[in-house]
Amino acid sequence: MIEFKLPSLGADMDRGKLLEWKVKPGEAVKRGQVVAVVDTAKAAVEVEIWQDGTVFELLLQPGETVPVGTAMATLLQPGETPEQAALQKREVPAARPAPKPAPAAAAVAPPAVAAPSAAPLAQRRPVSPAARRHASELNVDIDKVTGTGPHGAVTIEDVEKAAARAAPAPADRYAEMRKAIAAAMSRSKREIPHYYLSETIPMQRAVEWLARENEKRPVTERILMGTLQLKAVALALAKAPELNGFWLDGKFQAATGVHIGVAISIRQGGLIAPAIHDADKKSLIELMRALSDLVARARAGSLRSSEMSDPTITVTNLGDQGVEAVFGVIYPPQVALVGFGRLETRPWAANGALSAVPLVTASLSGDHRASDGIRGARFLAGLRERLQHPEEL
Amino acid sequence: MNETEIKTRVIAIIKSIAPEVEEGELRADRPLRDQIDLDSMDWLNVLVAVNEKLHVDIPEADYGKLVTLDNLVAYLRAKLASRV
Repeated sequence: MIEFKLPSLGADMDRGKLLEWKVKPGEAVKRGQVVAVVDTAKAAVEVEIWQDGTVFELLLQPGETVPVGTAMATLLQPGETPEQAALQKREVPAARPAPKPAPAAAAVAPPAVAAPSAAPLAQRRPVSPAARRHASELNVDIDKVTGTGPHGAVTIEDVEKAAARAAPAPADRYAEMRKAIAAAMSRSKREIPHYYLSETIPMQRAVEWLARENEKRPVTERILMGTLQLKAVALALAKAPELNGFWLDGKFQAATGVHIGVAISIRQGGLIAPAIHDADKKSLIELMRALSDLVARARAGSLRSSEMSDPTITVTNLGDQGVEAVFGVIYPPQVALVGFGRLETRPWAANGALSAVPLVTASLSGDHRASDGIRGARFLAGLRERLQHPEEL
Repeated sequence: MNETEIKTRVIAIIKSIAPEVEEGELRADRPLRDQIDLDSMDWLNVLVAVNEKLHVDIPEADYGKLVTLDNLVAYLRAKLASRV
């Protein structure tokens, strides 16, 4: 029997609220499949499962808020029978990190509706303990909630609808997001000794090459300069592995893939930096599509758990906002952040002559525990070189 | 399609990308990107939507001509008229 736990969804998330199960007991699941939707401070995240198996029990009910690491469900390993799992369960008492009031019986009941039969008869109408508890968490007066369950039972859904009517969600989300960013950035500046480097990169070739490329492409397949920059970062990291990974347990751990966290501003305010996986292996058009999809989903508040939890480096691009350069704050436990400023034609001296050339300032914020300035400098030189050969990106 | 119709369609597209836009506050003769928070991805999405809804594919080389809402509407009107 395997316990499936709520995964960490980034440094600024320590708990999540289960919104919905996407699977039911008895269902076979594949590694990478979305099994649940969990609400965090930043977005509703589709949680993917990390092994193959068959769902045995769902341990959480929609509406429950639990810390990261809490067992959400149990799975049968391939070949394992429910009987064996039940036996194992008796031998090993549920190893949950936090004691939860949800009774074991609740795991067997259909999770979408709170079990109304459990409510005491003395009450005016049935309200499940879970719905009652959820109402108090959300500051909802349970007596004023209209029940839509059997015999007018108040379900968790009813409570949530009442809460949604009472409080506008977007403002809450923004306040929560602000808090999450504050926590992660404070931790970063408290723990990470940042060093900062910058390099002005001539972009004449990249601009001309991209214009020629985009001329051939319909509007739906056009590539943005930001995509070229992402790819160049991903490729340049091959020669700077100490910038791509995590600082964990007092030492640097290099990442196995290049998963670039892309800083995306949310229109209502706030920021999120989900990952584009294996950015170094994607073609420009694949990267462009991935970026476009990621921006749309980040703004709609619908991301996947792996996108939230495994960026190995972050790239931020504030060029559209008109700044010349950006020196970012590293998102722990990552060890580097690359920033791009605005692309602008400015005077540039080369080969003894002055000319007007499109330039961009790229910057690197590095974690001095994991790397030294010289490595960072080589990375920026490599990035500059990559952008001189756009056709190879 | 006359100018007013095109303008209505374009404003609807912009609002689908930037929902915070108040139509009454948008000055059609001022640069769009000074008034609306449109990054390069948003702008591309505006053009993809224009392509989808009005069937006009605006080449990148023409982006520079499309600074204001008036510019965009006039550009689309000319393109649509030349097609008939």
